[in-house]
Amino acid sequence: MIEAKNINFYYGDFHALKNINMAMDINTVTAFIGPSGCGKSTFLRIFNRMNDLIDKTRITGECIVDGENIYDKSIQVDELRKKIGMVFQKPNPFPKSIFENVAYGLRVNDMGDNKMIAQRVEESLKDAALWDEVKDKLKKSAFELSGGQQQRLCIARALAISPSILLMDEPASSLDPISTSKIEELIHNLKKDYTIVIVTHNMQQAARISDMTGFFMMGELVEFSETKKMFLNPEKDETQNYITGRFG
Amino acid sequence: MKHTEREMQSLKEEVNQMWKLVISQLEKARQAFIDNDIELALEIMSREKRVDAFELKIDSDCENYIALYSPVAIDLRLTLSLIKISNTLERIGDFASGVARHILDDDCNKVEPKLIEELQIEKMFDMLIGMLSDGFVALESENTKISGKILAKDDEVDKIYHNSINILSDYLPKNPAQIRCGLKLLLLIRKLERIGDHCSNIVEEIVFYVDAKVLKHSGQKISKI
Repeated sequence: MIEAKNINFYYGDFHALKNINMAMDINTVTAFIGPSGCGKSTFLRIFNRMNDLIDKTRITGECIVDGENIYDKSIQVDELRKKIGMVFQKPNPFPKSIFENVAYGLRVNDMGDNKMIAQRVEESLKDAALWDEVKDKLKKSAFELSGGQQQRLCIARALAISPSILLMDEPASSLDPISTSKIEELIHNLKKDYTIVIVTHNMQQAARISDMTGFFMMGELVEFSETKKMFLNPEKDETQNYITGRFG
Repeated sequence: MKHTEREMQSLKEEVNQMWKLVISQLEKARQAFIDNDIELALEIMSREKRVDAFELKIDSDCENYIALYSPVAIDLRLTLSLIKISNTLERIGDFASGVARHILDDDCNKVEPKLIEELQIEKMFDMLIGMLSDGFVALESENTKISGKILAKDDEVDKIYHNSINILSDYLPKNPAQIRCGLKLLLLIRKLERIGDHCSNIVEEIVFYVDAKVLKHSGQKISKI
């Protein structure tokens, strides 16, 4: 289980996340939805401490992953980020070959010899549903791939170092509908092996792919429930207003 | 197959199972009526709860499917049709249970076999079971051509029903001791006629799903489309 306990987060004086409590089961997909600026991406970045890279930020509360508070002083952030992979909105392959993009994390972390790396690259590309499309051109530049393929390559790259959790910040928002559909199907298939947390502006996407959904507004977690319940009969009026488009 | 397609397949499979159960209920009702089998009638009535449970589950699962997957086009038509088909199957299940209650009614044991034969009740049952079975095939195979056969049979069921009114109008005054059971028999025949109407309603839903055409209230027959 991954758990956020009494999380408060500040950008300088701005109170961006207000007393968030959330527990996510392993091997589930959790979606964060909410209007722009509500704090969902900030909250996503709590789990791999990417907010540490931003100046003048402050966090209180606990974030428990595998029984440990990841904000404890003893935590090695680099090791944490091996366990918790991240995929961003815009595909960001390295200026390297397809193979080397996936192998990079393995090489940098000294995770095996060339034979093991090649095997792991193939497994990761298969897990990302990209292997069949690229197996004959692994030495080609990653930039020769389409947007949807590049995003799946980024997912393969994240999977290569065997994380247990995958954070995805609007992974399909810059993609065409067919690529989006492939990414969604991929997420659905990945959850049997990974715990996935996804930020999305697309409510229908959240409904299609997630088991649990958290609705954020102005830094607060308004409602967190089974996706089925949220989209059939949400508890809070604010949630209903948002998902039906009445909000604002 | 994508997981959304698997979910849809699962919905269709639930409706198929409900359909088979209702066909079985109607077949048992026919047999119970012919043999005046009280035990079989009781079995039909106790199984009615399963039919009701199916309807509730299918309603709930279709609601979830709509909420989660926002189906459009043929997927939306199918989801809406499945909801209506399961509601209609539940009504048919109720009528089958009504036949069973008729068998348990002491008043209804006194009818002359010759009258039953003249009323063609067994033929009605056979036609209705055929219509339900054909409807099942029509949905499974997405074949609206079979639907024409079903609608034609409903016309025949209606004729038998109207004819039964004539027969009983003639018979009962001459046999006043049989008036009570005769009237109850007419109610039974009316139930069977309603089953025929419901089978036609199912056909209309299948045509809506497959061809996106609305037949209800139009007086159109499938052969004219």
